[in-house]
Amino acid sequence: MTDKDSKDGIYPEPQFDRGPIADIASARASRRQFIKGVIASGVVASSAGLMYGCSREEVAASGGVERMLRLTINGETRTVDVLPNETLAMTLRYKLNLTGTKLGCDRGECGACTVLIDDVSTYSCSTLTHMVRGRSITTIEGLESADGTLHPVQQAMIDELGPQCGFCTPGQILSAVALLKSNPSPTRDEVRHALSGNLCRCGAYDHYLNSVMRAAEMA
Amino acid sequence: MSKDMMAGFELFQPDTLQGAVDLLARYGDEAWALAGGNDSFDWFKDRVKRPSYVVDLTGLTELNGIREMADGGVEIGALTTLTEIENNSLIQGRYSILADAAGRVASPQIRNTGTIGGNLAQDARCWYYRYGVDCYRAGGDTCYADTPEGQNREHCLWGANRCVAVSPSDTAPAMVALDARMHIVGPDGEREVAAEDFFIGPDIDIERMTVLEPGEVLTAIRIPADWAGSTFYFEKVADRNTWDFALVSIAAAMVVEGGNISRIRMAAGAVECVPRRLSVVEQVVTGQPKNEATANLAGQSSVRGATPLNFNHFKIPLLQNLVTRAIRDA
Repeated sequence: MTDKDSKDGIYPEPQFDRGPIADIASARASRRQFIKGVIASGVVASSAGLMYGCSREEVAASGGVERMLRLTINGETRTVDVLPNETLAMTLRYKLNLTGTKLGCDRGECGACTVLIDDVSTYSCSTLTHMVRGRSITTIEGLESADGTLHPVQQAMIDELGPQCGFCTPGQILSAVALLKSNPSPTRDEVRHALSGNLCRCGAYDHYLNSVMRAAEMA
Repeated sequence: MSKDMMAGFELFQPDTLQGAVDLLARYGDEAWALAGGNDSFDWFKDRVKRPSYVVDLTGLTELNGIREMADGGVEIGALTTLTEIENNSLIQGRYSILADAAGRVASPQIRNTGTIGGNLAQDARCWYYRYGVDCYRAGGDTCYADTPEGQNREHCLWGANRCVAVSPSDTAPAMVALDARMHIVGPDGEREVAAEDFFIGPDIDIERMTVLEPGEVLTAIRIPADWAGSTFYFEKVADRNTWDFALVSIAAAMVVEGGNISRIRMAAGAVECVPRRLSVVEQVVTGQPKNEATANLAGQSSVRGATPLNFNHFKIPLLQNLVTRAIRDA
């Protein structure tokens, strides 16, 4: 993917002000009550205030985070409007269109959403985007070189027929890349351990191990 | 219902401990202290916990890292990740039991962001409680696990008191075995409690698992030099080697002199609401030769008084075997 920056902002924000999520949210404080509250008291120090927009000054006054974030993703700096309660997986997929990062369980129990934060494998479904400000994020889209040459782990996955259905593959690859950065020539057991936080419902584990061992040999 | 987007909250990212404590005090019941988030976000996504103000502690660099103390012990900041503990040479050299325990938590990615403080202070994993039902622990008047058909395979052998949940932490038994001390900072100042007293059962307070009061933050764990470099044993048995919580875990620190066990501390995880200090085993084996006969006796003595529920009888021989192994194979 090229020309990513020009795409910033053209993807519609997820609609949080209607549908089931808003229904649940309204049980606590409806938008109308919120607006009434603002009129009555002038206080803007609630999550609803952030969701429906309040100025930078007001946020700064309350001490909460600012919504506009500069994120370093795959070596590029991208400016994104991020909710306080937004996970990195949601930002990547729904704000930046980096849909190579998959959401399986959204509970830190499958590994499909694995990305690298400062070269360390991390579940992006269980990380707030606001927690990775200033860190270097690598997704599956960031592994290939500028000329389109695949990362050795990606190439080895093709050569060894690693994936079956492929849904867990981006996460498996990133776990393997993290391992090879810290341990360039791992044993098969070390690879198994490093990939143990990534489920594969096709059961292609041995093929994944073959691929990572091949990538380690090639590098 | 979609559960994927967490309900809204205001996020604070203080960079000093005092700032964090002030924020937690200011918002009281509506505040939530966030570290690695692996547990917190599940609560939020499932809408069982709905704080309005989340205080992200991960920016508090003063709570991070592993330091040697003057007495030869080690101080671990509460925000130190489990991966850091697993790979730290000081911990590996002096307290390998803790490195082993940290390395058995959940999955690699969870250990990469999960903190020692969060692992120790985590809430009960009983699925009825997690589902959000009105059980005793949630402030209601029923236990759904301790009923004729309640699924209680993972629940307790000791200490049932309306609630039958167990201590889920893998590092907690290791901390009890090492006689670690928990450093706590709150709005009323700081205090330090022994690991054994840090965890509390339903008889003391059914709605929390540690002595942490609302607004208090576990800031550091101090491991005294007493057990540095002793003989250690840690083993966790779970259904899967990744992700799953312990069915039973065992942590033992002992000093063996001339073939005899001269000193020992031992704790089991996932058999009681707190890490269960095995004082009877300690008394039985202290001064005895470290051999098969002592190990068998230790195993037998460890399960006295166990009161199983409908589906967790298997935990009795499991604990007995783990204790036997701990003495024999350490």
